[in-house]
Amino acid sequence: MARFGRALERRLPAIVVSPLFAASLFFVYGFIVWTAYISLTRSGVMPNYEFDGLSQYVRLWETPRWYVAIRNLFVFSGLFISISMAIGILLAILLDQKVRIEGVIRTIYLYPMALSFIVTGTVWKWMLNPGLGLERLMHQAGFENFSFDWLVNSHYAIYTVVIAAVWQSSGYAMALFLAGLRSVDDEVLKAAAIDGAGLWRTYTGIVLPMLRPVFLSTIIILAHLAIKSFDLVIALTGGGPGYATDMPATFMYSFAFQRSELGVAAASATMMLMTVIAIIVPYLYSELRKTSG
Amino acid sequence: MSGRHTSGIVQRRGLHHSLMRAVLFAVLGVFCIYYLIPLLVMISTSLKSLTEIREGSLISLPKEFDFSAWEKAWNSACVGVRCNGLAPYMWNSVMMTVPAVAISTILGALNGYALTKWRFRGADTIFALMLFGAFIPFQVILLPMARVLGQLGLAGTIPGLILVHTVYGLAFTTLFFRNFFIGVSSGIIQAAKVDGAGFFGIFFRLVLPMSLPAIVVTVIWQFTQIWNDFLFGVAFTIGDSNPVTVALNNVVNTSTGVKEYNVDMAAAIIAALPTLAVYVVAGAWFVRGLSAGAVKG
Repeated sequence: MARFGRALERRLPAIVVSPLFAASLFFVYGFIVWTAYISLTRSGVMPNYEFDGLSQYVRLWETPRWYVAIRNLFVFSGLFISISMAIGILLAILLDQKVRIEGVIRTIYLYPMALSFIVTGTVWKWMLNPGLGLERLMHQAGFENFSFDWLVNSHYAIYTVVIAAVWQSSGYAMALFLAGLRSVDDEVLKAAAIDGAGLWRTYTGIVLPMLRPVFLSTIIILAHLAIKSFDLVIALTGGGPGYATDMPATFMYSFAFQRSELGVAAASATMMLMTVIAIIVPYLYSELRKTSG
Repeated sequence: MSGRHTSGIVQRRGLHHSLMRAVLFAVLGVFCIYYLIPLLVMISTSLKSLTEIREGSLISLPKEFDFSAWEKAWNSACVGVRCNGLAPYMWNSVMMTVPAVAISTILGALNGYALTKWRFRGADTIFALMLFGAFIPFQVILLPMARVLGQLGLAGTIPGLILVHTVYGLAFTTLFFRNFFIGVSSGIIQAAKVDGAGFFGIFFRLVLPMSLPAIVVTVIWQFTQIWNDFLFGVAFTIGDSNPVTVALNNVVNTSTGVKEYNVDMAAAIIAALPTLAVYVVAGAWFVRGLSAGAVKG
């Protein structure tokens, strides 16, 4: 009995972890396999388990709406990542100049991250609405001809999503860069100052190149946010006008739950997964190797 | 602040220096305004009457405080066809968030502890495989999850949402606790083992009390994520069981009659208040969660 108890005790860690691991195998990997398989069948309103090759992918790539979603993803990600990074770097460098009320300022820069994207979308939808929002404000300020209808203009609506997303997430980029700057040795900065390097030269020539890992992780985190963006689009534009601001995430949702085209929905979800894997797996691999030494 | 680690550029004093400082604070100030304006607009619009909204301007302050929009947002605004305000949906969110945060945090702690302090064969592989779950675009699990919830009889219910949030929160919570426990010396745990303490004994008496910082960071992170979630809420609930984010979106997009921007804004603040309050009270911990999750995304 005692031996049995000891044996049990030795196995206990594995026994505790295994149900959780099993849940993860089922809910993550099992579900991925299911979705990937459905994307290879003729499923429509109901799942149909008969293998049908790549026909759903052919249909997906023949859907104009999917091209709009992909194009929007590129436009959105490109602008969202680069503007957030630029603001993040600028603010991090400024905050790193021994600002006494840094704590307060940082709190202000970061609070949007605590908000739901639905809240962000709601407030920007109000501020950018063509009738009473920014446009009216500019008219009252004397710019009678100012017109700002991006929210309802199918060519420009995607940029309103960029505006709101940058507002919400650029503080996050700032926080990541600030943490990076704090890890740079003071001696490096003093040496640069003694050599007579100016502020600009010190940062562009010495400090920022040292932060290459921070650049990489920030880009990956923002890209990951961009690919998953769903809530903000729904709250701000609802994917419209028409489907002008559709993104892969809203496309998938719409085909899965509104149009009940399970096969196409599954194919688009699988495309999204493959994109994320291509970005995240090499990154995770290098991160994990780093932490486990 | 004085003892704090300082970095930045060593500057010459003088006119040039003061000028640079002025520019520095001007830019920092402009960005403070940039981040604060939407919040101020939200608050001031929610306190205006509809007439004042139509006649005033976006950034003008309310002439007199009118709380009727708040009252309406709370108990009579229309969410789709039902006009009971946000109150019942706030309650839904509480009922969903509290258990999901508690369960996922406890399981994450146990998991992180077992994976780091009782290293068994395959622990690293198991961790890597579980971690992947934190990164998948959830679109890839929506369809099968909807079916499984249906088969479990949990479709459209709050317990169903608790299950979903717990399952997909586990990867994050495990990651947080694993990273914390890696930094904890294994010496005392070894000593406790030699003294004959078991797996759970060590966990409850030794490990849990000293992991308070990790617990706080994890709880705040999970609370913010789950409260703010929209995707699972909109995909897996209907009408009565909607969390507040879904209800808010429905309030804003209910297109019957006059568009009541003041009610929309009051509703948005109400939905944001819990996470905002947590941020104001425990901002430092929230930021730690953000940067601890730099590996995670």
